[in-house]
Amino acid sequence: MNPERPKRKLRVATTSLAGCFGCHMSFLDIDERLIELLEHIEFDASPLTDIKTPGQCDLGLIEGGLCNAENVHVLLNMRQKCRILVAMGACAINGGLPAQRNHLDIRDCLQTVYLTGVGLNRGFIPNDPELPLPLDQVHPLHDVVKIDYFLPGCPPPADAIWQFLTDLIAGRTPQLGHGLIHYD
Amino acid sequence: MNSLEKAEHPAGLKRIAIEPVSRVEGHGKVTILLDAENRVHQVRLHIVEFRGFERFIQGRPYWEVPVMVQRLCGICPVSHHLAASKALDQVVGARRITPTAEKLRRLMHYGQILQSHALHFYHLSSPDLLFGFDAPVAIRNVVGVLQAYPEAAKRGVMLRKFGQEVIRITAGKRVHGTGSVPGGVNKCITPEERDLLVAGLPDVLRWADEGIALVAQLHGAHREAWDRFGTVRSNLLSIVRRDGALDLYDGVIRARDADGHILVDGIEPTAYGDLIRENVRSWSYMKFPYLQSLGAEHGWYKVGPLARLQNCDFIPTPRAEAARQAFAATAGGQIVHAPLAFHWARMIELLHSAEVIAELLDDPDLLKNDLMASGPRATTGVGIIEAPRGTLIHHYEVDAQDLVTQCNLIVSTTHNNQAMNEAIREVAREYLDGREITEGLLNHIEVAIRAYDPCLSCATHALGKMPLVVELLDATGALVDRRVRDAEQLA
Ligand code: SF4
Repeated sequence: MNPERPKRKLRVATTSLAGCFGCHMSFLDIDERLIELLEHIEFDASPLTDIKTPGQCDLGLIEGGLCNAENVHVLLNMRQKCRILVAMGACAINGGLPAQRNHLDIRDCLQTVYLTGVGLNRGFIPNDPELPLPLDQVHPLHDVVKIDYFLPGCPPPADAIWQFLTDLIAGRTPQLGHGLIHYD
Repeated sequence: MNSLEKAEHPAGLKRIAIEPVSRVEGHGKVTILLDAENRVHQVRLHIVEFRGFERFIQGRPYWEVPVMVQRLCGICPVSHHLAASKALDQVVGARRITPTAEKLRRLMHYGQILQSHALHFYHLSSPDLLFGFDAPVAIRNVVGVLQAYPEAAKRGVMLRKFGQEVIRITAGKRVHGTGSVPGGVNKCITPEERDLLVAGLPDVLRWADEGIALVAQLHGAHREAWDRFGTVRSNLLSIVRRDGALDLYDGVIRARDADGHILVDGIEPTAYGDLIRENVRSWSYMKFPYLQSLGAEHGWYKVGPLARLQNCDFIPTPRAEAARQAFAATAGGQIVHAPLAFHWARMIELLHSAEVIAELLDDPDLLKNDLMASGPRATTGVGIIEAPRGTLIHHYEVDAQDLVTQCNLIVSTTHNNQAMNEAIREVAREYLDGREITEGLLNHIEVAIRAYDPCLSCATHALGKMPLVVELLDATGALVDRRVRDAEQLA
């Protein structure tokens, strides 16, 4: 890493929208390199901290696509607060597996799960105002905001996340070399 | 005592939301309704996301399912991978899979239990326990633990790494691997891979012991508070081996009442539907299961490490069994219902997982290459496994064209839905009622939820509706998606 750059730590927010946390797990799969990384970054809002909404950040890592109104709200706020926004993983980039529901009629889904499902005592559909409205389809992040980088994979390999972050920290344009880009 | 599930007169009450619940897996929030004197009238844990897995798996070829369902949860993908495989073993007629396949799956599974328990304790929950529930937000996270307790935090990182390596070697990839298939596994392991894991064992076993010692010490230091905090009595449920031993990969269903008397035992997984029913509440996408024989009011139960350790008769590995007995002795033989005791039970299971991994790595069957079994086709499969967070049930119906026609999933966290809601109501009564509500007090609510190690992504595979309009606009303001819904449209 470039020794001449000022020592200020990059402030990083992370969030999971319609994702499975696997991308966050892959981030933690950098293992003990996390300790080295923490000399260069600090976490803002993230599932790993109790900061619930992001302040001004250098970098936002987002896993998961958009499946409800709340996801959209969180994404817009992340875009406002983060200088660089990264779509991390298949769900953020193209909706991923949750987007398998996109070809289905939502009414049919509701009835299958809540009215006619196996083992239900008396079915009805949850409808409390505390529950965010589901979108008709699962959308990728770049349908709604500008995304600066896309990290492919389900999840992206830990080494790709490491390479990306260390490039950014060193002030280089992030580049993923051989073996770091794959889509499974 | 007011149940706090539903305020009698919600109009005019103040609403406080903990949103999102942090340092847990997935998407949840808590709402609390208070009157002008800050008396608590309603407390709810809402699961706010839906996925629709049960529906969109219908129509897919069965052999895709073990890989698809992993995407329910990135922390315990192996549980879904294996529960689906076990269900679909029955569909492909593999009533017994080969010894090598079973041992490789077990290795994968115990590797996952180990990594998930390490992650949950060290990365997510330990900040509350080490710094105090109302410690400043700035230090109350894994980075704070790394600074103040570097040995403990590094132990967590290295334990998790070992478990993830077990998964990589057996499944091909640390997150969302492909090792298990209906009828067996698709990959042997090499002597070199085995030796790599064997070399890590001495450290892992030592770290596992240190984890138990840490929790026991924390319990000893705050004994009365820990035993009371959020404690609610309930039934317990898990699978156990046919001889009553703890077994996290396979077994029959057993349930006990709150005093430890056996309610049902030896129930075959395929009969789960007669045992468990589910209720729906308007305010959560997560269903509320209960034992049908006892009814919804009395039939709810806990699952997970604390239930398992008290439901089994013994742990079939020596060091973890000694630790289980020491744990039981501190409660004087009474059933422990304290949420914070989950942490202790979890650390004992972590040690047990390390011991099982050691046994499996020593087993000559592990390196053989007889991997697949098959037999006469069936149309129904039910797979039950003890995931890190508790009992996980996958049920599929498959037609003659190999397509899934029905899928029912009851995930671990769903079983704990009522118990978590009751626990946070208890904490609200004890700590919040009538006080000025601070961030630290609100974290008490989250501490009780975290103890259950909920996996809120897993629990969100259903769909919901509300009478609202939502418009999704792109960066230029153009309309991408618009939904209008009302009650009539959906009724
Ligand atoms: S991309 Fe894959 S690993 Fe990441 S959140 Fe989506 S399903 Fe999970």
